Amino acid sequence: MSDSNTLVEIKGLRDGLLISLGNAEWDELRAALMEQIEVRRSFFQGARVALDVGSQIFHVNELSELRDTLSERGVNLWAVVSESPTTEKTAQLLGLATRISRPRPQETTRPPAEEIGEGAAMWVARTLRSGTRIEFPGNIVVLGDVNPGAEVIAEGGILVWGRVRGIVHAGVKGDESAVVCGLDLSAARIRIGGVSAVLSERSGESHPEKYFLEDGIIKSESWQSNQS
Amino acid sequence: MGAQVITITSGKGGVGKTTAVANLAVALAADGARVVCIDGDIGLRNLDVVMGLENRIVYDVVDAIEGRCRLRQAMIRDKRLPELYLIPAAQTRDKSAVTPSDMIRLCNELRTEVDWVLIDSPAGIERGFKNSIAAADRVLVLTNPEVSAVRDADRVIGILEAEEKGTPSLIINRLNPVMVKQHDMLSAEDVLDLLAIKLIGIVPEDEGVIVGTNRGNPVALEPKSRAGQAFRNIAKRMKGEDVPFMNLEAGTGLWARLTGRK
Repeated sequence: MSDSNTLVEIKGLRDGLLISLGNAEWDELRAALMEQIEVRRSFFQGARVALDVGSQIFHVNELSELRDTLSERGVNLWAVVSESPTTEKTAQLLGLATRISRPRPQETTRPPAEEIGEGAAMWVARTLRSGTRIEFPGNIVVLGDVNPGAEVIAEGGILVWGRVRGIVHAGVKGDESAVVCGLDLSAARIRIGGVSAVLSERSGESHPEKYFLEDGIIKSESWQSNQS
Repeated sequence: MGAQVITITSGKGGVGKTTAVANLAVALAADGARVVCIDGDIGLRNLDVVMGLENRIVYDVVDAIEGRCRLRQAMIRDKRLPELYLIPAAQTRDKSAVTPSDMIRLCNELRTEVDWVLIDSPAGIERGFKNSIAAADRVLVLTNPEVSAVRDADRVIGILEAEEKGTPSLIINRLNPVMVKQHDMLSAEDVLDLLAIKLIGIVPEDEGVIVGTNRGNPVALEPKSRAGQAFRNIAKRMKGEDVPFMNLEAGTGLWARLTGRK
């Protein structure tokens, strides 16, 4: 009992509970979490829970199993906060939030966009369907389409090898040098920094384009194979 | 060999899930298979009405799950086809009366009894939807050729992929070839272009479907109905038969032929 208390820390948030898991094997943590929920059944009934899993790595089946198990006990898991990019990606795939309104105390472990340089990019090799939201504090490369209702949000630039019909927001923390490139951006909703692209009548043939910010306005440049 | 569990879902409501379940079940059962349909829309049941079995309900799916009756007692035998059964939803409870593991247990019990279990998912992506897909071996996503329905179908496909349920197959329902020709409706190609999953059938819009639904007589039993034929074809494709699409390979030929008939 005392054991599970130290592994599972529960705090009240403005809009629910934050459960922080300690440092142990997942099996042990899971057992401790379930024990807490069993013991304090009425307290957890109907609770809206954000789970801070530290550096624990979760794959889709583990996380969806956990969410379903919690839901069967009347606990609604809405967010998973993690230091692991794999876990964050998993949570995003399942439509769970990965940030809660209160910033994490160790937020500084992530370098700001300026320091990311050219190296850091998130590689997303699939089509993003409606309801998917991908966020990354660097550049994002999508190998697939961005469908209507999907959002790609990067502190750096965004490159989409596919058709974009959803929202792409580059330089979300204010990086005005961020660009958006795509094979077909004719139906995209583009934002760079704090500026939204004015939707012009973009007609007919689609071709690869690059969007960038110049004098506070989003401009586009189409790519042609005869250019260098 | 155990039954295949198939869930039909759509995200958006009102696109024809319940009608599709009734018709596919009838089509499979008319071909000699043993079929059970489960109404997954607890609290808003209506598969019983569409199948014309409303006044035979004694026990429902929640009774079976909570052990107030044996599974067999909750299975209502169809009035036309001897090997077709319905497990109705409870009307006086809500989605939280059932959990995903209840559904898995229920379907595992049915697997040895029948050849097909068809689950009619409620609209939305919440508890009822999660319950409905929990036991599925295969999911069919149904959509109308409308921007809003396609958007919701896309969302549902994304969730199914994320939950590692495998890629679902697509049914496009209520396609009106005349409107497509006049560019007033998305074409099947437009829908497929966005959703990018395998197509298992296109059901043309047909007033007969509404009449059949109201009277509890699924059109799949009507030999002359085009929509009925489309549902029968989908049922065959579910069994793995290679049935050509109603002239879809000919591209515009499909529309020409359909519009020529009107």
